[in-house]
Amino acid sequence: MSKHRYAPPQPIIISLIAALMLAIAPMPTWAEAFRPDWVTLTLIYWAMNLPRTYSVGWAWIIGLVLDVAQGTLLGQHALALSLVIFVTARFHLQMRQFPALQLLATVLALLALYQFILFWVNGVAGVNSPAISYWGPVLTGSLVWPLMTMLFGGIRYRARN
Amino acid sequence: MAAALADKQHRSPYSPALGLRFLLLATLSILLLVVDHRNNALDSARKAIGATVYPLRVVVDAPVSLWRWLGETTTSRNELQLKNSRLNAERMLTQARLQRYAALEAENRRLRAMLEATTRVRDQVRVAEIMSVSSNPFRHVLVVDKGTRDGVFDGQVLIDAEGVVGQIIEAGVLSSQGILISDPDHALPVEVNRNGLRTIAVGTGEFDRLDLPFLPNNADIHEGDLLVTSGLGGAFPAGYPVAIVDSVVRVPQEPFASVAAQPSAALSQVREIMLIWSAVDEPSDEAAVAEQAAAEAVTSEETPDE
Repeated sequence: MSKHRYAPPQPIIISLIAALMLAIAPMPTWAEAFRPDWVTLTLIYWAMNLPRTYSVGWAWIIGLVLDVAQGTLLGQHALALSLVIFVTARFHLQMRQFPALQLLATVLALLALYQFILFWVNGVAGVNSPAISYWGPVLTGSLVWPLMTMLFGGIRYRARN
Repeated sequence: MAAALADKQHRSPYSPALGLRFLLLATLSILLLVVDHRNNALDSARKAIGATVYPLRVVVDAPVSLWRWLGETTTSRNELQLKNSRLNAERMLTQARLQRYAALEAENRRLRAMLEATTRVRDQVRVAEIMSVSSNPFRHVLVVDKGTRDGVFDGQVLIDAEGVVGQIIEAGVLSSQGILISDPDHALPVEVNRNGLRTIAVGTGEFDRLDLPFLPNNADIHEGDLLVTSGLGGAFPAGYPVAIVDSVVRVPQEPFASVAAQPSAALSQVREIMLIWSAVDEPSDEAAVAEQAAAEAVTSEETPDE
């Protein structure tokens, strides 16, 4: 276990904080419905590549922070994020082998699962919101995924050397 | 290649007891959801986590503040003078209007004292800045930069220069969350300013529309009517403008007319809003009340420190 095997945690922490900031940054009203799930994407990436350190525990805590930041029921984002990250960590070996397009489809499915949990909890709690509104983040999220993998891949490559 | 960077223990790529940990956390989340949905027991936990989000909000808000600061510092002297003279003229006008208002208020107070009704003292107002507006399109929530440290409390009313904006739902220590009147879960008691017809204005999820779903077809309401808060329900002080009716559709078969109104406050554009502290005091004897009114007319509309 030589030292270079460890991923230095700073870039990962910084990327998570940046994702949280993007998630709460003010946006024009029309763009609000298309804000990608930055936090979910970042967590999926790190859980896929470093599943032993960044898995459901992190997802749950960051989910709670999201709940407070967005004023939703406490536990809603935490539940959705930890489920998505559980699936990612469980199947991370398969996902690493996927060709880019198949991986993109998987990420889209994960984002849809995330939004479905939010939708479901909203429905049970009686918060009304049109079902169509949940699709915007899924679509924009899959659009930014390739850019994100490139950026994070670069960061990891640099951290290794 | 990727495995070279896999983390600490190398033997199994899976984290230990992943399924078990997930089940535990999921159960915990559901417990939290149920408790949070039923009552406010988790408020202190929310506040603690909210405090950790505060620095992030400040950083996110920084570019906007910087932009505004740049805009303010680079305006030319000429522009500033123009603005200054315009503001002076505006101030003269409002002052003139206020003089009449002060007299009216004193009279109102005297009459109320004679009727032995409770009098409302002048509402105290303080300006707060909005740090962010709703990260969620179907929940119209904003965050303001004042918290319990500045005396903000749950249920406090938010207005802007034009009318009611919303109310505080969660007062944190340094910042607080408020709900807008356009949130689909928000309703506020209003009355038609023209004839005192009382009803309830419900948010629709659109920034420029409120619904009045509980008015019968024969209700005396038409386009252009101003709706003000009625003060019933106790959450909002009476008399603040809320919205202007912009469409009334009466369908004979339906029991209720469908009435829509446009909020007076610029809900999607506000940057600065005002927090209201309204106090109610019991009427003492007439002289004291008149004296107090006179004293207040002098120090009219002074906010606590801003």
